Amino acid sequence: MTTGLVAHKHMAGSVISILKTLFNSGIKRVLMPATGGIVFLLFWSIAAQNIDTSLGKFPGPAAVIQQFGVLYQEHVSESDKEAAFFVRQQQRNEQRIAQDPNYVAKIRAYTGKNTFPQQIVTSLVTVLSGFLLAVVIAIPLGIAIGLSESLNMAISPIVQLFKPVSPLAWLPLVTMVVSAVYVTPDPWVEKAFLTSMITVTLCCLWPMVINTSIGVAAIDSDLVNVSRVLQLSALKHVQKIVLPASIPMMFTGMRLSLGIAWMVLIAAEMLAQNPGLGKFIWDEYQNGSSESLSRIMASVLVIGFIGYLLDRAMLQLQRMFSWDKSSEIR
Amino acid sequence: MKCFKTMKFTVIATITSIGICVSPVQGETLGFPEKDELKFGFIKLTDMAPLAIAYEKGYFEDEGLYVTIEAQANWKVLLDGVIDGRLDGAHMLAGQPLAATMGLGTKADIITPFSMDLNGNAITVSNDVWRQMKPNIAKQADGRPVHPIKADALKPVVDKYRAQGKAFNMGMVFPVSTHNYELRYWLAAGDIHPGFYAPHKGDNAGKIDAQALLSVTPPPQMPATMEAGTIVGYCVGEPWNQQAVFKGIGVPVITDYEIWRNNPEKVFGLTAQFAQKYPNTTIRLTRALIRAAMWLDQNDNANRPEAVKILAQSNYVGADFDVIANSMTGTFEYEKGDKRAVPDFNVFFRHNATYPYYSDAIWYLTQMRRWGQIPEQKSDDWYKTLAAKVYRPDIYTKAAQSLINNNLAHADDFPDFATEDGFKPPQTGFIDDIVYDGKQPNQYINKFAIGLKNDDKL
Repeated sequence: MTTGLVAHKHMAGSVISILKTLFNSGIKRVLMPATGGIVFLLFWSIAAQNIDTSLGKFPGPAAVIQQFGVLYQEHVSESDKEAAFFVRQQQRNEQRIAQDPNYVAKIRAYTGKNTFPQQIVTSLVTVLSGFLLAVVIAIPLGIAIGLSESLNMAISPIVQLFKPVSPLAWLPLVTMVVSAVYVTPDPWVEKAFLTSMITVTLCCLWPMVINTSIGVAAIDSDLVNVSRVLQLSALKHVQKIVLPASIPMMFTGMRLSLGIAWMVLIAAEMLAQNPGLGKFIWDEYQNGSSESLSRIMASVLVIGFIGYLLDRAMLQLQRMFSWDKSSEIR
Repeated sequence: MKCFKTMKFTVIATITSIGICVSPVQGETLGFPEKDELKFGFIKLTDMAPLAIAYEKGYFEDEGLYVTIEAQANWKVLLDGVIDGRLDGAHMLAGQPLAATMGLGTKADIITPFSMDLNGNAITVSNDVWRQMKPNIAKQADGRPVHPIKADALKPVVDKYRAQGKAFNMGMVFPVSTHNYELRYWLAAGDIHPGFYAPHKGDNAGKIDAQALLSVTPPPQMPATMEAGTIVGYCVGEPWNQQAVFKGIGVPVITDYEIWRNNPEKVFGLTAQFAQKYPNTTIRLTRALIRAAMWLDQNDNANRPEAVKILAQSNYVGADFDVIANSMTGTFEYEKGDKRAVPDFNVFFRHNATYPYYSDAIWYLTQMRRWGQIPEQKSDDWYKTLAAKVYRPDIYTKAAQSLINNNLAHADDFPDFATEDGFKPPQTGFIDDIVYDGKQPNQYINKFAIGLKNDDKL
């Protein structure tokens, strides 16, 4: 916005000012982040060389880049192993059918380790499931609270009480409850997955509830009056007036929540030993090998990058849903 | 990549060659497994090796078992996993099935058909404590300290700490762990009181009357915790003692082999319910584990370097090859550079290491009584009954016998099953020279200078 305005002012000026404009709008956008990145990498390399841990030097950028290669190689070789596993299983199944004709052969899932890319996928699936569950609960609840002053007074203290609770406090409770309640001989999803997912839900519920209710409560009174004049039904009122008007706040809550969800998930996986990136980091920390630190650093970067992508994705969604395209969203 | 391919080739080659010998017998004696998809837990320690080897060498698959092996955060999480069914079985501390069956901690009927190894632990102290201990230790002609080092050398250091009003904190891995009892045994043999438990009063800290304060730290975090100064010494399994040497943060002073020669260590634990519901699966997994243990000790540890390579993978123990190799290949490095031969530091199969002896179980129970975890006097029969409920040589015998029938093992590798009563003859080889006879637990308990005796009650 600002750069655009600046550009307009100088449009009629000299060549220098055109160049200046170019610099401001285009090159600056590339140059500044690049400079920031280079300075950061330099600082990182220098700092890394000067930090000695009992596991050796702190990993610098080169060590981490190399580790990405190693992690990828591991993924490839594990895939080979997986293929061999299924071939062997096939043979065993055939052998057994030869001996025991009544046997109904089944194909069992691969028993080997989860590789780094697989851990990433697990984490993503868990976080999105937990987040969606929270959306399903929080948005209707937030709308209800926003519409009704008395409901707000009733529920608000509870929301305020649970909002600041750390995921690590919920985790033992969730683990025990899931263990006790979710008992099936042939589970559809793993207990560990449920535990992480519910912990995520519990932690990212509150910002959404609060933001949605504020958004709904703060609807312009003109809009509400229009609805009254038109004598819209309650449902239509929500659909035509409340939802469109409160979407920006709703999405602000959702973006906040998704950020929290991602942070919570890593901590939950670490503590509860649920599969995913958190467990990957914890396992590496426990391994204490000379490669551990660079592997952890690699996953820190991946976590950051995914967190960024999630946020950008939410922003795109918000832009798609928002009726007021002129307002700036960042 | 290249080495991986070779390894894969060997694995497949072994599997094919074994597949041929296994198949003919399957029908006649041992049925197919009732449950074939299993998940086993372990803690990142080198003595989990039988599990890793049984997986990597395809021994589990030979039995028709599809096993996933998963590292656990600590011993409590692992035990809870087995109890609530998240895990089908796990690498456990010998004391865990006993304590669980007895109701010390979470009550559950856990059994063990397979003992995983002998020895494999050590006690490490921080550099600072070692510096203060060293003048109290006699020296060999070449200037290196004489081993085994008794806790007598540590006693003046502990006294100094106490005189200054400072706590002398040490780490062990779990209240009913081998490490706890070994550390206590070593300290008490050097006249340092490690403290009593009083579970009937709700005191599970184990610090009553203690001169050295022992607390729980998960094995992989031992070196970091000592580095942070929270503890000044610890007793743990490998590779976490050698890790201290490599990191230069501490010095191992004694191995458990020197505290009690060929002491039983980890066991493979599963619920009694599982063994009852899936008898074939239980025997089959025991067969796979026995074969893995045999492979680990074959030809005087010839396979150990390969085993170390497998254990160094990040999904198993994950420490550096050199650190694991230091103890797994028959040596042990005490002070930096002071590497000595300890050929039996890790024993997986020889000396009947895998047979679940009742006398081994009873030794753990005597130590639980000695330190108050069993608050009251119990009869000799009580000890034997509990041991027989948890340790299951009957399952082991079936598994071993079927391996012998299949020509996968030799009868002379095992105890003579016809006459074996599950009690080792009176054992010597303790650091304080006290003799242990598993048939007379009460008499044994009364031999110790420090510890509860007879009907002592706190």
